[in-house]
This record gives sequence, C-alpha cells and structure tokens, in this order.
Amino acid sequence: MTNIVVLVKQVPDTYSERKLSDSDFTLDRESADAVLDEINERAVEEALKITEAGEGEVTVLAVGPDRATDAIRKALSMGAHKAVHVSDPALHGSDVIATAKVIAAAIRRLDSVDLIIAGNASSDGGSGGVPAILAELLGMPQLTHARSVTVEGGTIKVDRETADEGVTHLEAQLPAVVSVTEKINEPRYPSFKGIMAAKKKPVETLTVADLGVDASEVGLDNAWSKVLEAAPKPPREAGQKIEDSGDGGVKIAEFLAAQKLI
Amino acid sequence: MAIDLQLEEEHAALRQTVEDFAQREVAPVIGELYEREEFPYKLVAQMGEMGLFGLPFPEEYGGMGGDYFALCLALEELARVDSSVAITLEAGVSLGAMPIYRFGTEKQKQEWLPALCAGEALGAFGLTEPDGGSDAGATRTLAKLDGDEWVINGSKAFITNSGTDITRLVTVTAVTDFEPGSKRREISAIIVPTGTPGFTVEKKYSKVGWACSDTHGLSFTDVRVPAENLLGERGRGYAQFLSILDEGRVAIAAIGTGLAQGCVDECVRYAGERVAFGKTIGSYQAIQFKIAEMQARAHTARLAYYAAAAKMLRGEPFKTEAAIAKLVSSNAAMDNARDATQIFGGYGFMNEYPVGRFYRDAKILEIGEGTSEVQKMIIARSLGLKG
Repeated sequence: MTNIVVLVKQVPDTYSERKLSDSDFTLDRESADAVLDEINERAVEEALKITEAGEGEVTVLAVGPDRATDAIRKALSMGAHKAVHVSDPALHGSDVIATAKVIAAAIRRLDSVDLIIAGNASSDGGSGGVPAILAELLGMPQLTHARSVTVEGGTIKVDRETADEGVTHLEAQLPAVVSVTEKINEPRYPSFKGIMAAKKKPVETLTVADLGVDASEVGLDNAWSKVLEAAPKPPREAGQKIEDSGDGGVKIAEFLAAQKLI
Repeated sequence: MAIDLQLEEEHAALRQTVEDFAQREVAPVIGELYEREEFPYKLVAQMGEMGLFGLPFPEEYGGMGGDYFALCLALEELARVDSSVAITLEAGVSLGAMPIYRFGTEKQKQEWLPALCAGEALGAFGLTEPDGGSDAGATRTLAKLDGDEWVINGSKAFITNSGTDITRLVTVTAVTDFEPGSKRREISAIIVPTGTPGFTVEKKYSKVGWACSDTHGLSFTDVRVPAENLLGERGRGYAQFLSILDEGRVAIAAIGTGLAQGCVDECVRYAGERVAFGKTIGSYQAIQFKIAEMQARAHTARLAYYAAAAKMLRGEPFKTEAAIAKLVSSNAAMDNARDATQIFGGYGFMNEYPVGRFYRDAKILEIGEGTSEVQKMIIARSLGLKG
C-alpha cells in the first residue's frame, strides 16, 4: 500500500511564446497556452506505475490559479484518483520557499502519505528547488533527479542522475520526497474512459487560509528575491562555422564537450 | 434552438489528447514508415492502449463507452498528420469491429470485441470484389451451407487491414442462396477467421497513397467455417452493410477534414519561413489568398461532418448529410493537397515533406467508402430527383 502525492503544475506550453508581464515581472500566464508540465506527466506516470503494481492511491496536488484545473483534469484522466488544488490570489508571485510551505501544509492535511513525487524542475520557473525545500519542511529524505524509482515495502531505491555527477544509487525509508527527470518513463496518453472518469473524481479546492498559512508568508511582496528588470531574449546569434581540414570531427567533439553535451 | 458547435469537455479533451499523440508520436516516424510502406504496428499498439479502437463501444466489451463523434474527432487529428494511420483506425473500428457489435450474437461479441477494442487484433470487412465496386449488390462470392458449415468460394479486392500480423478475422459478404428465377440474390455476411484453410491473403497492393495502410486482395477456395459464423440475419448482409456505410462516410469525412487542415498547418509554417525575393512567401498576397481559401475549405468540411455526426448522435436519419460531408471534405482534401504542394514548390514534390504525402493520400478519399459520384446520387435522390 503506497499512497502517493504527485505535485503538478500548469505551465505555458513550451511551443508558445513565453514572457514576463510588464507590471510585476511575474509569468504572463494569459499570453500563452497553458498545459500540464510534461515532467509532471512523467511524475504522474511513475506514481500510477507504483500503485498499479501494488496498491494505493494517487493524489495530485497543484498550487496555482483557477485555470490550473485543466492541468489537474489531465492528471486525473491519466488515472490519478483525486486532487487537491490550492488557489488563492494571495499566492501570486510566490517564490519557491513560500510555494513549498503551502505544499507542505496541504500535504500535512492528507492521511498517510508514503511518497511524494515531483518533476525535477518546472519548464517555466525552472528553479528546481521545491522538492528539496519541501523534503526539508516535512522532515523527509529527499531523493532528487531520479531516472528510476523502485518501491519495496517501506524502502525506496532511486537511481539519481545529474550531468556533473553521473549516476548514484540512493536508498531511503518511506515516507520520502522524490523528484524525477525526463528519463524516468514515457507517460501514457489519457484514454477516453479516463477522460470521462476524471470528471467525476473529487477535487478539493483550498485557500491559503484553509491551510492555516499566514498570507504574510506568501505572494510577491514576501518573496525572498525580487526581479528588478527584465529584457526580451536577444535574437539568436549566428552559429559557429567549422572548416574541415582533416580535424573537423575533433573540433566538433571539442565544441560539444565544452557545451557539456557529450 | 440549439446551434452550438462548442465541443463538450470530454470531446475537447480527447481531441487534444489525440492531437498531442499525433504530433509527438506519429509525426516523427511516419515519413520513414511511409517510404518503406510499413504497417505502423507500434502506433497501432499505442492507439490501442489509448483506447482509440474501442471509442464507440460499451465498456462491457472492452470499449471506452464513447460515441462515434469521438472517433471522428480522433480521426481528424490523426489525419492532420497522416492518413494511413487514420484509415487503419477507421477501418479497424467501423469495418472490423462495428459490424460485429451491431449485428453479432452475444457470443460473437464476447469472442471478438475485447481484442478488437484493445487494438490487439484487427478485423476487416470483405465487401468489394474485383468486378464490383460501387455496385456492391453484384457480389459473386458464394457461400453454400453444407451440413453445419458454410463453404465459401470467391475473391475480394482492396480489403483494408486484411493481411497484418494482428488480423484475426474478415467479415465476408457472400451470396448464400439462389432462388430460381429470382433476380434478387440473397447476400449474407460471414465471419472468416484468419488462418482458415483455403483462405488466402494475396500479395500487398502497391498503392498511390496510404502507403502504411494494409490492403490486400483475398481469395477463398472451399473455405469452411461453422454455420454459427453467420453475422446477423441471413440474407441481410448487404442491407446491414449499407446501414454501416453511412457512419463510415462521416468518419471518412473527418479524415478528409484532417488532411485538408494538415495542408493548412504545413503551409502556414512554411510560408512564414521560406524567403523569396527578399520576403517570406507568406507576406505575398498570392500565397495568403491561397492559404485563406484552404482554411475556408477545411472549416467548411469540418462543419459538414459535425452536422452529419450531430444528426447521427441524435438518432435522426443522416444519410444525406453524411454524403454531403464526404463529398465536401474529399473535395477539400484534394484541393488543399494540390494548393499545398504548389506553395511548397519543388519541395512539395518530394516525399520527405508531409504535403507530398498529403497529395498522394488525398485522391482515395474521392473513391473509398462510396465514390464522389455515389455521394452525388444520394444527394440528388434526397431532393426527389430520379434516374
């Protein structure tokens, strides 16, 4: 029996043009199509695999504006059992610490959580900080950047892979927090049956006050960092041309190695 | 008065899911499969896992409990990327599984539908014969009852999904009685499992388009199947088929719409990138107008098949609307494919670009599941015009 909470986030589609709003430099959510972050689809998939192999329930947890319901529905249509949606205007502009506090408070309200699965970093904010901060707040072991996860009884084993350190093997006792990388799995597509079933699954909507979190701990004004200025990305510069005078292959390899691509 | 073309939440979510699938899974591999004329086994398995083959069937038979319009939306999104994959699904559902669901005994449904709905098995429908296309009543294949077995002799042509590694059955129409002196012959439908002795799947056709779709001629030499393999009522084989054909036309109209829209997608992208005489070609009105017309055709085709599907789901007669949808959408597909290849210029004639594939795939839409001429006959008759 493994009850799993999956953290999901609605993000602007990476195919659309993403920008910051002019007024407060937070993400301009209106200007782009909103989708369930792809890394979260993988997190949901992993949770479903674990519960399908044994027993347990998958709860998706989202902190975000009202329209994040669409992302929640998608996770539910993939097969997650229920959802918690924390939506509150006071959360606008919250930093990773405030976000993790809110998530921790929402998780504490749930009964018997054995495992929390998140993506390693969102495709919009991209800080990658929430899973680790959350583990700290909940007093749980953190197993981040997992490319594979195995749960056996009360033990979790993870292959952790990062660009700098390669693969390391981690093991911890449940409950624990795991973040997964894009190598973890190929997420399933929701079936029509799943889509229809999702409409009937319970989604609990909560405010910051419901969670007992003080509004002075969240939001843009209480963030630990501030964005003072933002400029559009400069246009892409012309690529570097390599003339092949017998050593073209070596030069390309050197270039790729310098970019840490090989 | 209800004029509402807004998709319901679950239909919209399904459409989005299949769009994602087509873009992420089909688009990257289809060019190579098409070049090699390979049946897309992996994509079929994935579509099976997504439940696409079970869309309009009840859950008790392994279906998704959806409706035929859901299938049409899925077909449109697939055909926006590739028609071979779309027609494989369309034929699997509306020709393979639907006759069994509609006319089969409980035992036949339990036996065949779960695997067909899961996309683990494919069924085919053998109606067309080498000497009889639109004149389907001219069936020559014979089935004689010998004790408690049918003995089938004859041949079929252009049968989709009939020769894949996962094809398990072909429903064959055959003449099952010869009333002396009667001009009208009794036609029945009989389920023939693959591997039955005497049932031969001929070599794969070399086709102009739909290169990844599996199409074969079939021959039957003293093929014996149990009498209980009769599908539906004896003597009603042709009538049963006609009742399914109207649905199939709406599905083909969805495929035509998808192809027409796929042409627009490709052209908008290309016109924004390709530079000629110092500007992107999309900034020239000659190209803009062409693409605008293409979009109008795709839009019209979509409205036509939505309208037919709406009547179908309400349980109203939709024969004429289905004929109009198929006629309009296959025209849109042909016209858009022609214009899209023109916009792509020389590259449009290269198989490596999707529009070349669209051009090759469009023509069959004016032929399969009732030619455009047949659709016009149906429309004319609905207006009271008699021949």
